[in-house]
Amino acid sequence: MKVGTLIGKTVGFVSANIHSSVSGTVLKIDKALDTSGYKRDAVFIQVEGDQWEEKIDRSETVVKSCTLTSKEIIDKISAAGIVGMGGATFPTHVKLLPPPGTKAEVLIINGVECEPYLTSDHQLMLEKTEEILVGTTLLMKAINVEKAVIGIENNKKDAIARFTAAVKSYPGISVQPLKVQYPQGGEKQLIDAILGRQVPSGALPISVGAVVQNVGTAFAVYEAVQKNKPLVERVVTVTGKDLKNPCNILSRVGISVGDLIQFAGGLPETTGKIVCGGPMMGKAIASVEVPVTKGTSGILIIPTLESKRKRMRECIRCTKCIQVCPMGLNPTLLMNLSEFGEWEKAEKGRITDCIECGSCSFTCPSDRPLLDYIRMGKGKVMGIIRARKG
Amino acid sequence: MNNKLIVSPSPHVHSGDSIEKNMYGVLIALMPAFLVALYLFRIDALKITALSILFCVVSEYLIARFIMKREPSVLDGSAIITGVLLAFNVPSNLPVWILALGALFSIGVVKMSFGGLGNNIFNPAIAGRIFLLISFPAQMTTWPTPAVGVATDATTSATVLSNLRFQPEALPALKEMFLGFEGGSIGEMSALALLLGLAYLLWKKIITWHIPVSILLSVAIFTGILYAFDPVPMNNPLIHLFSGGLMLGAVFMATDYVTSPMTRSGMLIYGTGIGLITVCIRLWGAYPEGVSFAILLMNAFTPLINNYTTPKRFGEVVKNG
Repeated sequence: MKVGTLIGKTVGFVSANIHSSVSGTVLKIDKALDTSGYKRDAVFIQVEGDQWEEKIDRSETVVKSCTLTSKEIIDKISAAGIVGMGGATFPTHVKLLPPPGTKAEVLIINGVECEPYLTSDHQLMLEKTEEILVGTTLLMKAINVEKAVIGIENNKKDAIARFTAAVKSYPGISVQPLKVQYPQGGEKQLIDAILGRQVPSGALPISVGAVVQNVGTAFAVYEAVQKNKPLVERVVTVTGKDLKNPCNILSRVGISVGDLIQFAGGLPETTGKIVCGGPMMGKAIASVEVPVTKGTSGILIIPTLESKRKRMRECIRCTKCIQVCPMGLNPTLLMNLSEFGEWEKAEKGRITDCIECGSCSFTCPSDRPLLDYIRMGKGKVMGIIRARKG
Repeated sequence: MNNKLIVSPSPHVHSGDSIEKNMYGVLIALMPAFLVALYLFRIDALKITALSILFCVVSEYLIARFIMKREPSVLDGSAIITGVLLAFNVPSNLPVWILALGALFSIGVVKMSFGGLGNNIFNPAIAGRIFLLISFPAQMTTWPTPAVGVATDATTSATVLSNLRFQPEALPALKEMFLGFEGGSIGEMSALALLLGLAYLLWKKIITWHIPVSILLSVAIFTGILYAFDPVPMNNPLIHLFSGGLMLGAVFMATDYVTSPMTRSGMLIYGTGIGLITVCIRLWGAYPEGVSFAILLMNAFTPLINNYTTPKRFGEVVKNG
C-alpha cells in the first residue's frame, strides 16, 4: 500500500473515494470514533516509510496548461475523492454536475473563512495563490462558465493583494473584497454578498446560477487534475489561547488530533474542550484519538473556564437573536416551538432554513441554548417532511 | 490535565452579553434625565427616585422568595429600572406612601404575577403610573415648580400640556420645553437629556431605532397635518414632541424588551400606534396627557402583532431577478 492508493471506492451517488494517506500494510478494518462521536468503519494502516504512487507528480512546479474536457476534469476530481474542504465535505464532483434544466453562470470561490481562530484557508491563499487560480480555471471549465469571483474578507488584506495582482493573467477571474461578517462563509450568504441574489428557501445555489467552491477545494482540484494527486492531505489550523505553538499544519488525512496537538506544543493543562472546526460550528470531540478528516479545517483548544456554558435564564425578548439570524428566522420562537413539540408551526417558521451558524446562541444575553433546540427541531421536522413525501 | 473533555453542541463561544449588561446600560442612559431632575427638583428628586427603587427591589425580593419560592434575581437590574421609571413618572412631591403603593402594584401585580422578568404583558412602570393616576388623580397631577426656571412666584405649576388645553396664552418658549424648565413629572422634564439617553441606547445597540423613531415621527406627522389645516398651538407638532411624557415614553417605556414586538415591522406598527393614540388622547381625550395609556394599549396588542408579523426572511424577496 502506497500513499495515494485507493482504499475506499464510492458506492452511492453522494459519496467520494478514499485513498491511503500513508504507505504501509493494512492492519485491520475496524470501527473508529469520528468527530461526531459515532463509531465508523475505518482502515487501520501500519506506516512503513513514505512511498508514493508513481503517477503522482510531487514537484513544486505549477502546471498551468490543461487540455482536458469538462467531463474528463470532473472524472479526475471524482477519482481523486475531492470533497468540499470548508467543512461540509460534500463530494465536489456531485456539485459540478448540476441537475438537468439548470445552468451555471458564475463560479464563486470561497476565501471568506469567517469562523474566528481559523487561518488554514488564509495560509493556503498566501502560499498557493497560483495553484488556487489554476484550480479555479479548471473548475470554470468543468461547469462551463466564463466568470469566477473569489470572495475574500477585508481582514485578509495580504491575500486580497496577492490575488488581485495574480488574477491579471487569468481571464474571467476577479477578486471581491468583502466586509468582515459572520457567517459570510455560508454558501447562501456568500452568493448574496457577491451577486446580490438570494437563494430561495429549499433551493440550491444553482437556482440563481451560482456554484460555490472553497479555496481549499480549488487547490485540491488543481493537485488532482494537474498532479494526479488524490486528496490525502489538507491544511489544519491548530490553535487555542493556551497552546504553546499555534500553527497551520499540512496534515495527512487520518492522523489523530492528538498527534497534531503534540506537534503544536502539547495539550495545555487548562484544556477543557477540544473542537474540530471553528468555535461557532465545530464539533467538540470526546477523545484526542479522533482522526483528522478531509473536512477538518481546524482544531481549537478551549480552556476549561470558557468551556462551560452559563445557566440559562428567562427570555427577555430583546430580539437580538432575530437581528443576527442570517436566514431571517425567529430563533427564540423556534426554540419554544421545538421545546414544546409544535412541529407544524416550526415548519411554518421555516426551521429547516436554519444553517446552524450559532449566531443566535452566541448573542443571547440570557444564555439560552437556542441552536440546541432548533437543531433538534430541524431534524425532527425534516424527518416529518421526508415521511410525508414518501 | 483532567482526562475528561467537555463535549457540547456548537457554538463553543459566547458574546458575553447578559441581561445585566443591557439593564445597567438602560440605567446609564437614564442618567442625563436624572441629573436634570436633581438640578430642577433637588433633594425631592433624589428621595423619590431612591425610595422608588428601594420599594421595587424589596417587593420583588419578597415576592420571589416567599410567594413564588424561587431564587430572587433582583440584581439583574430590571426592578431597578422599573423603580427609576416609576419615579420619573410621578411629581416630585408625591407622598411616599402613594409611591410605595405604586411600586408594589408595578412589581407585584404587573410583573411578578405573570411570572417575573420576561413574562409580563404590560410595562410595570407604565401600569404602575396609570394605577396611581386613576387612584390618586389630585396628587398625581399637582406638580411643584422647578427650583430653576421661568415661573418663580408659585409653589405648584401647570404642565405645558394642561396649559395647551386650558390656558394657551401661558405657553412657554420651545427652547425652555426642550431643555426642561417647565412643570412636570421628575424624569420627563428635558427632551434633550432623554435624547442623549436615546443616543446612548442606540450606540450600545441596546435598542434599535424602530420604536422611538416611529412614535416620534407619527406624532410629528399626525399633528403636522392638523397644524397645516388649523395652525393653533394645540396642533403644533414641536410642542407635542417636546412636552409631557412623550420623549420619556418613546425612549424608555415603549422600548421595554418584554412588552414590545419582536420583529422590525411589528415595532413600526407598535410605535405608530402609540404615536397616533397619544395624539388622539391629548387632543380629544379626557386627560391632557396620553402617552402612558397609548403604551399600555399597544402593550396589549404586542402578542397579536408578534403573531402576524415575521422577520424578513432570507430568500423571500429574490433581488435582481
